[in-house]
Amino acid sequence: MLEIKDICFERDNKKILDHINMKLDLNKFIAITGPNGSGKSTLAKIIMGIEKPDSGNIIFNGQDITNLKSDERARLGIGFAFQQPVKFKGITVYDLLKIASKKEISKVEACKILSKVGLCAKEYVDREVNASLSGGELKRIEIATVVARESILTIFDEPEAGIDLWSFNNLIEVFEDMRNLIKGTTLIISHQERILNIADEVILMKNGKIEKVGTSKEILKQENFVTNSACCKLNKEAKSNG
Amino acid sequence: MVHITLEKIGEGIERKITDNINIVTKKDKSGIDIFVKENTKFEFVHIPVIITESGLKDVVYNDFYIGKNANVVIIAGCGIHNDHHNDSEHNGIHRFFLEEGAKVKYIEKHYGEGSGNGKRILNPITEVELKDGSSMEMETVQIKGVDSTVRETKAILESDTNLTISEKIMTHGNQFAKTEFYVELNGENSSTHVTSRSVAQDESKQEFISKILGNTKCYAHVECDAIIKDSGKVVAIPEIDANNVDANLIHEAAIGKIAGEQLMKLMTLGLTEKEAEEQIINGFLR
Repeated sequence: MLEIKDICFERDNKKILDHINMKLDLNKFIAITGPNGSGKSTLAKIIMGIEKPDSGNIIFNGQDITNLKSDERARLGIGFAFQQPVKFKGITVYDLLKIASKKEISKVEACKILSKVGLCAKEYVDREVNASLSGGELKRIEIATVVARESILTIFDEPEAGIDLWSFNNLIEVFEDMRNLIKGTTLIISHQERILNIADEVILMKNGKIEKVGTSKEILKQENFVTNSACCKLNKEAKSNG
Repeated sequence: MVHITLEKIGEGIERKITDNINIVTKKDKSGIDIFVKENTKFEFVHIPVIITESGLKDVVYNDFYIGKNANVVIIAGCGIHNDHHNDSEHNGIHRFFLEEGAKVKYIEKHYGEGSGNGKRILNPITEVELKDGSSMEMETVQIKGVDSTVRETKAILESDTNLTISEKIMTHGNQFAKTEFYVELNGENSSTHVTSRSVAQDESKQEFISKILGNTKCYAHVECDAIIKDSGKVVAIPEIDANNVDANLIHEAAIGKIAGEQLMKLMTLGLTEKEAEEQIINGFLR
């Protein structure tokens, strides 16, 4: 369904993506995780066409989309939820959902979508998507727009970013339901164990490369090991210095 | 609803007068005096002014006297249709005198159309006097079609009053629009909110000037928000004068092109760049 072939992306003499190869199958829930700066978000943006790779190809349903713009990719069936939801002036939640849906939708239908992401629809459908909404509310609206789109491939770029613990606990339920909500394949960039746990497959990225692909258990085990060994090393250094 | 049509200067004026609203043609100059009786509730006054004669320079004086505790909606639409090659100019002077406790919602729409080279010029002046406890909400819209406009709004506010102004302007081609607000906050607990949203595209130019005087314990919030496109130019000159230690005056001004992230979000929802731009501007000026 989606094939990433030898993607490279370099900025300021730093290799952000270093020969990335990946294949995603239909109707899968895939998570990408890894430390900050490992290239996860850049890869997500490259798939959506927000960033352009220096080299390599992206094949979507057999078509080379490397040189297509974001809107062309969206019309082919790729959706993208931004890490920082975009705010507007004068554009309402209903407007965004109408744009997102490929067909004319009524307010009742828009409200149904909002209910799916845990928003009390009547309170929100006519509100402007502006700074008067909280971070958690904006996140849910952002998710609602991609739910409305019913894309073949839906990408979430760190949905948990910028959300407090309480809001995240509510939001996680939305993601746990996401398998039913989203038709097609979901690609989610996340650091959250609870999100990784619901993925069919977890891809671990480090320094612009894919380090490992496996289940969340396998990946988290390796990560814990890395963290623990790093702690031990720091402790040893602290002791020897002290 | 009171419906008044001023088709051309010098021609007949059609008017309907209710028990609560009286309209009198001015004798010394063109225009009308509108008297709203005290305690009048929820009536509408509709004043369309249409200029269809090319080369006409029209000055209209409309004075609104709103009685104590009255609550009315006034809609004024000024349109110029000019298919010819002479300039048409409409200079409307609307004055509002609100007595204690009166409430007015004033909606003003300006548009110009016609295929000729003659310029369509609108220079509206609005003057507002708010007595204790009264409030006025003013919405003005001018979308394209007007070649040159200088819009002036002056207001004097007494105690416990509020003036809320919302202005939407869009210019294109070689159009020019200048808007000036002058508000004196003279009474305790008076407040004003002025919001201007504008889009300047092609070679058009806009100027936003505001001067708010806080002479007592009062509050003012002025917001000028402009989108520029192509070679559009916008100048914003804010002035807030705090003449009393309890005056709380805020001015915000932002001018810039459409945010790239807004375009990108709508493009990821399947809109082309041009469609995304239209959506953003339509929402902004809504």
